[in-house]
Amino acid sequence: MFGRLSVMLFKEFIQLRRDRWMMFRLIVPLFIQMVVFGYAATFTVHHVATAVLDLDQSQASRSLISHFVATSRFDIVDMARNQRQITRDIVHDRAVVAIVIHAGFSQDLESGRAAPLQVIVDGTNSNTALIALGYLSQITSQFSAEWAARAISLNVSAVRPETGIRLEPLPWFNEGLNERWFFIPGVIGTLTLLQVVSLTAFAVVREREVGTLEQIMVSPIRPFEFILGKTVPFFLIGFGDIALVTAFGLLWFRVPFVGDPLVMLGGSSLFLMAAVGMGLLLSTFSRTQQQAFALNFFLLNPFFILSGFAFPIAAMPRFLQWFTMINPLRYFLVVIRAVFLKGVGVDVLWPQLLALAALAGVMLTVSVLRFRKSLE
Amino acid sequence: MMATPADTAIRVQGLSKSFGSVRAVASISFDVVRGEIFGLVGPDGAGKTTTMRMLAAVLQSDEGEIIIDGVNVAAEPERVKRRLSYMPQRFGLYDDLTVSENIFFYAELFGVSRTERTTRSETLLNAAGLLSFRRRLAGQLSGGMKQKLGLVCALIHTPKVLLLDEPTTGVDPVSRRDFWAILYDLRESGVTIVLSTAYMDEAERCSRLALLHAGSIRYCDTPARLKEAMPGALLSVSAADPRGVREALAGKPGVLGTLLMGDRVHVRVDDAGNRIPELQALFEQRGIATAPIERAEPGIEDVFVALVGGGSRS
Repeated sequence: MFGRLSVMLFKEFIQLRRDRWMMFRLIVPLFIQMVVFGYAATFTVHHVATAVLDLDQSQASRSLISHFVATSRFDIVDMARNQRQITRDIVHDRAVVAIVIHAGFSQDLESGRAAPLQVIVDGTNSNTALIALGYLSQITSQFSAEWAARAISLNVSAVRPETGIRLEPLPWFNEGLNERWFFIPGVIGTLTLLQVVSLTAFAVVREREVGTLEQIMVSPIRPFEFILGKTVPFFLIGFGDIALVTAFGLLWFRVPFVGDPLVMLGGSSLFLMAAVGMGLLLSTFSRTQQQAFALNFFLLNPFFILSGFAFPIAAMPRFLQWFTMINPLRYFLVVIRAVFLKGVGVDVLWPQLLALAALAGVMLTVSVLRFRKSLE
Repeated sequence: MMATPADTAIRVQGLSKSFGSVRAVASISFDVVRGEIFGLVGPDGAGKTTTMRMLAAVLQSDEGEIIIDGVNVAAEPERVKRRLSYMPQRFGLYDDLTVSENIFFYAELFGVSRTERTTRSETLLNAAGLLSFRRRLAGQLSGGMKQKLGLVCALIHTPKVLLLDEPTTGVDPVSRRDFWAILYDLRESGVTIVLSTAYMDEAERCSRLALLHAGSIRYCDTPARLKEAMPGALLSVSAADPRGVREALAGKPGVLGTLLMGDRVHVRVDDAGNRIPELQALFEQRGIATAPIERAEPGIEDVFVALVGGGSRS
């Protein structure tokens, strides 16, 4: 005799294997997401289309412009001759940034006064605008420093040497502030959540839809055997997902992995338990696969946004921050990023692991209770 | 403890179920004797499926008691499940598993031993005419074959009681014959069968029938005794225009009911001897061409219409 649980699992794996699209659905989105996040998801800004109106036409103004050109951040697309041209460039999307150097710019500098530099940015894309402004101020302060140094060497008495605070950035764990290192571990969590929740929910709802669920329930099978039979396969698939994406991230994108694989394993197990619990819970709210699909789509988006995957939780309003507390992805992302980049262990990550364990426990309990009720 | 006589396989008492304000099953009671084929007969919406689902312990009753093989269904659903096999209108098969894999799955769920599974599935598949389809995916079977495979899966664990909810709806005549052959074999081996059907010819095959209408049992007896209980006599009128015949008979004295049967009309009258000449005269007067009026043996459909009503069904 094979046993009821084993035959459930056996059946589930045959079905997964027979599903011609399953492998496709499992693997392809994984790679697409990896490529998208590995290459396209970046907050850095390069080659910003820039228009320049140089009304000073001095050595100093040309030197400033060459500073902008020297970095790859700004591409000068138009040397405008008047203000109207600048306006047109911005309105017609030819330029995102316009720099206006007023007449008297070099005179101000020579005489040691603060020389105003007008910068117009297209605020439609606030993110790009903000980042471009940051670069601009970096470049201009660098220019000022150089100007001051030269003035001192030329012994121009009017110019005082630069004083004040000088920032010495020293990023730990990711010296190059490489965003890939930030995103790739995050993708592991988000993708796994998406796949595991939806696969579990669909698999259960399908049994309900086809009528096999009722058939199984008139057999002597116990609800927990059925539930295990329906969740263990997707728990394992989740592990496969995590392993695959991790390997891809390490080998292709060269994301470092300095932590303890065991911590990762433990965190992943808890996270996956919460995920299959969510899937099961979702299935109890859906009669058809279509309903499950809609619900899945509707629910998972907030889970991503409120996870800290891309947007910092600390910047969210208080009530949304409360919501993130019940989001398993939030904790798993902390764990996974810490294991990849920081190399810290349970001594640091225990609050997150504990939260994951609690969420897994609650999700599984609630979903099992609801599922049993839904059988009637 | 409820004492059930040894030959009572199922005892149903005062069973009721409502969905919202709809009373789907209204306090029905019946006993099924071991080895019987008991038919629940009635139109759609009569409460057949609801009754079946309560018998199978997948639906809880509001009131009443069901004892199957001496076990109270509500109190010990798990114990009942082993003695029971329930086949809903559409048996839940996995389309992406083969015939053999479906059978294996259900055999394992019921803890059927390997040897028993092999011999039983061989016998059942053979009877169902599915032996050569063992490796075919269930999704690629015809409707009738699927229904037979459902029966094979339902019977793989040798139940004492078999519940079939409209098992042959949408099944071709050949598959239906196979199906009934299996049921007769089962009855021989002492399995009690409860089946619901809206097909009257199928009802004739049952050993006893409960005529169900609007959630309650109107009559419950053997097909032969139900026919005897039918008031009046049955006449058969063959005509080119049976609808015309039916219209001509509407409201005529002595005519208790009419039922269209293809190119014939079954006419139930209070007294055959007097009414045959009367009706013949009526048709001649109206110029309706008919074959000579004959007495007819009532079928279950006639009985159902006569006893339960529903003569509006044409």
